[in-house]
Amino acid sequence: MAKKQQKPKLDANGERKQRSQFGEAWHRMKKDKGAMLGLAVVSILVLVAILSNFLLDYDTDVVGMNTKERLQSPNAKHLLGTDEYGRDILFRILYGSRYSLSVGLVAVAIALVAGVTLGAIAGYKGGAVEEVIMRLTDIFSSVPNMLMALVVVSALGQSMLNLMIAIGVTSIPQFVRITRATVLTVRNQEYVESARAIGLSTPKIIISHILPNSLSPIIVQTTLRVASAIISASSLSFLGLGIPAPNPEWGSMLSGGRKFIRDYPYMTLYPGLAIMITVLSLNLLGDGLRDALDPKLKN
Amino acid sequence: MHRYVLKRIILLIPVLLGVSMLVYCILDLAPGDAADILAPDDATLEEKEALREELGLNRPVLVRYFEYMWKLLHGDLGESYLSPVSVWSAFTQKAPNTLKLGLASVIFAVGTSLPLGIYAARHRGSWKDAISMILAILGLSMPNFWLGLLLMLLFALRLGWLPSGGADMGLRSLILPTITIGTGMMATLTRTTRSSMLDVIRQDYLRTARAKGVTEEVVIKKHALKNALIPIITIIGTMLGGILGGATLTESVFSWPGVGRLIIDSLNGRDTPVVTGCIIMTTMFFSVVLLAVDLIYAFVDPRIKAQYASKSKKGGEKKDGEKAAEA
Repeated sequence: MAKKQQKPKLDANGERKQRSQFGEAWHRMKKDKGAMLGLAVVSILVLVAILSNFLLDYDTDVVGMNTKERLQSPNAKHLLGTDEYGRDILFRILYGSRYSLSVGLVAVAIALVAGVTLGAIAGYKGGAVEEVIMRLTDIFSSVPNMLMALVVVSALGQSMLNLMIAIGVTSIPQFVRITRATVLTVRNQEYVESARAIGLSTPKIIISHILPNSLSPIIVQTTLRVASAIISASSLSFLGLGIPAPNPEWGSMLSGGRKFIRDYPYMTLYPGLAIMITVLSLNLLGDGLRDALDPKLKN
Repeated sequence: MHRYVLKRIILLIPVLLGVSMLVYCILDLAPGDAADILAPDDATLEEKEALREELGLNRPVLVRYFEYMWKLLHGDLGESYLSPVSVWSAFTQKAPNTLKLGLASVIFAVGTSLPLGIYAARHRGSWKDAISMILAILGLSMPNFWLGLLLMLLFALRLGWLPSGGADMGLRSLILPTITIGTGMMATLTRTTRSSMLDVIRQDYLRTARAKGVTEEVVIKKHALKNALIPIITIIGTMLGGILGGATLTESVFSWPGVGRLIIDSLNGRDTPVVTGCIIMTTMFFSVVLLAVDLIYAFVDPRIKAQYASKSKKGGEKKDGEKAAEA
């Protein structure tokens, strides 16, 4: 990654302030309102996901039925109304952030570890190893993501872990491709050659010399992939193949509210809004990261 | 050029074989099989076993796979476990609906996003650009099943202008699913169009064109857009290739009788031949469309055509590398 620097900022002594590559990127990103908004919302969501476990009682607030208060439109006591079992929709949405965020993060972590490893090996080793890895990647990625995830999840059975695996596995190809492509660009740099010349082992070269210099596109891809993993997770749950009811996963809440859409549209409106806000802020953050980490690409 | 096309077609074969094997074996891992679903509730274990024997489910998975493959190579996608039709006829019955919906969505997306993307690029940095980009990122972040439900709520249930599902009312039933699928496509395409146009707008030849007095409209349409077209075509191609497999959710929201719903229903019924067959067809469609798009480049961009023509072995490798870098 070229460390392209903007106008040097001079301090009082007329010397340029030194920043690391990521310090420089952060400095650029601070000026991007969209990215900062995204970062703020994502942080709040993470906080909500952590705190909801302590503030809400799962059995009474989240899945407990309360038929006396069923199907209430939004009001002072239930800010976003209640569903057909009298469960508070706001509480369920807040608690649901735990599912969406954890599925998004774990799925992408799976894809990241597997994809970056394979991609780095393919890019660095070349030859037959690369050929095999890339052809397998082709096979995997030529099945539409959603269909592949559907097949995997229906084979493994319905559970949160399987959902993470299904989405993670289907996101591997993108990471393989992007890592291989960036590794190819740094593989022949002098510093790699000198690492080889002083006799470092291949894994050591890949981990401490090649990957740190190919990080930017991988970071950006990770952020954007978490966003699409969240959409995939809620899509699968919407189809009844994701996280089983009565857990308040946003997609399955939507699918539950669908039966009541004519008379109680708020039941479908709010969970979808929650998905959209989450995905939107991750996308904003990802766009901002891309612009900040690689200003050459910025228009 | 011919050799390149031939090579690409030959490379498709291992991919399709791999996909079929992958899907077949993954589905075999699934707990329960078609016999469990077909057998009456009070069936004894022996009766179920007999049914498995009849369907050929009791043999090892690889044996079944190779038999399946053998038939597939003869153009036979097999028979559905659950209904008395062949996989091919089940697929061909649904595919036109999905293709129709997909094509309409791509047309909708291209028709809206090209003007919007060009508009944003021309007013780069202004509020007009900002609004276009906000629209695009909103479209990108909206789960499409939710958008579908909202559209259905407004236009079908509240206003009653359009049907809320099915495919019986011709064009009218096509509108809502089209917008649902098309919005996500539009978002991606608008962003691509904008950034690709911005790359071109800075080029010297546009300044030259303006300097010699060419009108702004001609500068944009002829000089800029033509040169910005390659990334746009790539995205449109990927979208076209994905239409068979990408409508699952929308089809299920709008009860649209297409391939996506066929796959979901067959998955639920453990109807492995239908699922595998549909996925193989979807993958094949995807790969063939992508190949076609690669060939279209040559017509759009004479520079690429020249590359094909002068391609030695070394050149071929280089092209591969470039592609990887793009991906």
